[in-house]
Amino acid sequence: MTSYDPIVAMHHSESQVSVELQTPDMTLNLGPQHPSTHGVLRLIAKVDGERVESIEPVIGYMHRGYEKLAEVRTYPQITALVNRIDWVSGFANEIAFVTAAERLMGLEVPERAQYIRLILTEMTRISSHLLFLSSYPLELGAATPLMFALRDRERLMDLIEGVTGGRFHPNFNRLGGVKPAAGGGSTQKTRVQDLPAGFLADTRVAIEHVYEVCDEIDGLITGNEIFHERTRGIGVIPAAKALEYGVSGPNLRASGVRFDLRKVEDYLPYDRFDWQVPAGTEGDCLDRYLVRLEEIRQSAGIIGQAIDTIPSGPLQAKVPRVIKVPPGEIYVRAENPKGEMGYHIVSEGGRVPYRVKIRSASYSNISILPWLLKGVLVPDIIAIMGSLDFVLGDVDR
Amino acid sequence: MTVALAILDNFWVFLVIKLLAVVLVLLGFSLAIIYAELKIMAHMQARIGPYFAGGRFGWAQPFADALKFLQKEDLVPDEADSPVFRLAPAVSLMSTVAVFVIVPFSPTLIARDLDVGIFYALAVSSIGTLGVLMAGWSSANKYSLMGGLRAAAQLIAYELPMVLAVAAVVVQAGTMSMVGIVEAQGGTALFTIPGTDIGLPFVMVGQIVAFGIFMTAALAELSRIPFDMPIAESELVFGYLTEYSGIRFTMFFLAEYAGMFSMAALATTLFLGGWYLPGLDPTIFGPFVMMGKVSLLVFVMIWVRVTWPRLREDQLQSFAWKWLIPVSLANIMVTAVLKVVL
Repeated sequence: MTSYDPIVAMHHSESQVSVELQTPDMTLNLGPQHPSTHGVLRLIAKVDGERVESIEPVIGYMHRGYEKLAEVRTYPQITALVNRIDWVSGFANEIAFVTAAERLMGLEVPERAQYIRLILTEMTRISSHLLFLSSYPLELGAATPLMFALRDRERLMDLIEGVTGGRFHPNFNRLGGVKPAAGGGSTQKTRVQDLPAGFLADTRVAIEHVYEVCDEIDGLITGNEIFHERTRGIGVIPAAKALEYGVSGPNLRASGVRFDLRKVEDYLPYDRFDWQVPAGTEGDCLDRYLVRLEEIRQSAGIIGQAIDTIPSGPLQAKVPRVIKVPPGEIYVRAENPKGEMGYHIVSEGGRVPYRVKIRSASYSNISILPWLLKGVLVPDIIAIMGSLDFVLGDVDR
Repeated sequence: MTVALAILDNFWVFLVIKLLAVVLVLLGFSLAIIYAELKIMAHMQARIGPYFAGGRFGWAQPFADALKFLQKEDLVPDEADSPVFRLAPAVSLMSTVAVFVIVPFSPTLIARDLDVGIFYALAVSSIGTLGVLMAGWSSANKYSLMGGLRAAAQLIAYELPMVLAVAAVVVQAGTMSMVGIVEAQGGTALFTIPGTDIGLPFVMVGQIVAFGIFMTAALAELSRIPFDMPIAESELVFGYLTEYSGIRFTMFFLAEYAGMFSMAALATTLFLGGWYLPGLDPTIFGPFVMMGKVSLLVFVMIWVRVTWPRLREDQLQSFAWKWLIPVSLANIMVTAVLKVVL
């Protein structure tokens, strides 16, 4: 009888196991039509069981050629284009573009117009983040926050519509100020109508509801054990990696980099208000969620202070009837809800720009996906993609 | 009259009548549960829910949905394994209907009081997952396949704690007959409030842990949130149901809600005293008491669905193997020791 040799036995069983369990990788094609990709992002994932071996994002299904279109349109026409880039924060998209054109022209925007821009931008930020708070738990299987967040987002959409006439695509900014509301007459006259009656009071009510819904979602989701299981330590982006890939906005701040263009640049008078830049520590999905939740509260605070101190005055600087931008080159960036939104305008004089380069937040934010999704499980793909909060219009332009 | 009685006296005729009654009652309850879920979810989510169908409160919404599904084309993908694909929904639905055979509504109102009642119930209810696996594998769709495999893994992980939780009750009651288990909690109760003859349900005499495990495992077996990974519409499109349409989809849909009912009925029988409520005559009020308790459990299941997100498959597995199974094993030991000592 031969003695039992454990090493031989181990080798034997190992070779058997490796022969038997060698499974071919399966290629899983997520999208472009898939319930969780927020649009037409396509991911080609090589999966071994449920573990992702490699992943390749395919973008471009939503490409609309805005940079090229901008070369044959006048500046006022381009604002109507750019608010379609990130369609859940249309108003915020316009800000950096008009600011860039105004700086090239040397226009001084009146205070009241700046305040109105600021209030509407922050409303857009809140509504964009509320959309995140509604869709992210839904992707993890909780359907109720969706209803709560959308209910109170609707109040903000109504307010934005009341001022600008558009829910998603306001096209409200004019070079040198904002558009006077309907019935206001020519911009050159002194008696123009601006914010609709009762706007400030309604805003106060809406802000209260925003605080309430934040607490509600806080109670429903933030402390939930299952939610923590699904998000804590998942999709960790270290600060250095985030900077390498050009990740910006709440995703960058969740990694611990306290960088907010509203504090750094001076495109709108944010420095007059008292507010904080929330930041995370771990850079995981949970931090990205918490940062956005806190940003809603901060933005609501900014709006509250702005409607208390909004100055009276004209809405428009004095602009010529035909807008021509002098030759020059400028890059202006602004803090969009999704991150850094920048426009590089090259003007050779005249009514149309020579070239507009659009730097959009989501495009840079999802460039980290192949690195981030390597080795995760299939359910985590959804958790991580949702936490990056991108919009396909903002990716493809 | 005598002719009618003579016909009824025939074993096979009576069996057919009983089975028809079971199927009809089960379908009726399933529709009621679907409606209840639509309305309860809506009101918990700041919505109204169905409102127009049927004139008042949208009561006809489940019927309208069913009619809509029946009109849809019954698609079978070219690549699919056609016989298996067609059979899968029936397997899934049959298993829940079969469980219903041994659910006691009163001491006499039961389709068949088997001696191994609860054993039979657990056996046939796990066949439902076989239907899910068949659906997932035969669809020739990667999402369906992943959903089906997840369901299979889930079955293995959760059938064990469920059986072990039930085993503790069987040890305590000393019988596997469903009627016998209810009798052990009311009527000729094993445990009573001291000084009275009011029986205590098992959930109040030491089986609270088993009750929790049973309900958790029931949710997992039904693939409902927080354990709905086999469907997981944000990851797997619609899991094993992705390729189904028309009446076959409806059968899966009914199977889920009928499954909710049968699981709640099993839990009621095992832990909540079934038809028994002190002071009410079980032969008259039994079915109503039973339905009240079942509705309560169904409400809790809907409530859980509205509140919680979904776990991940590996987290579910580790939860089952590291927590539920050891705890339920310990529960059996404690129950057995106390049974002998007391």
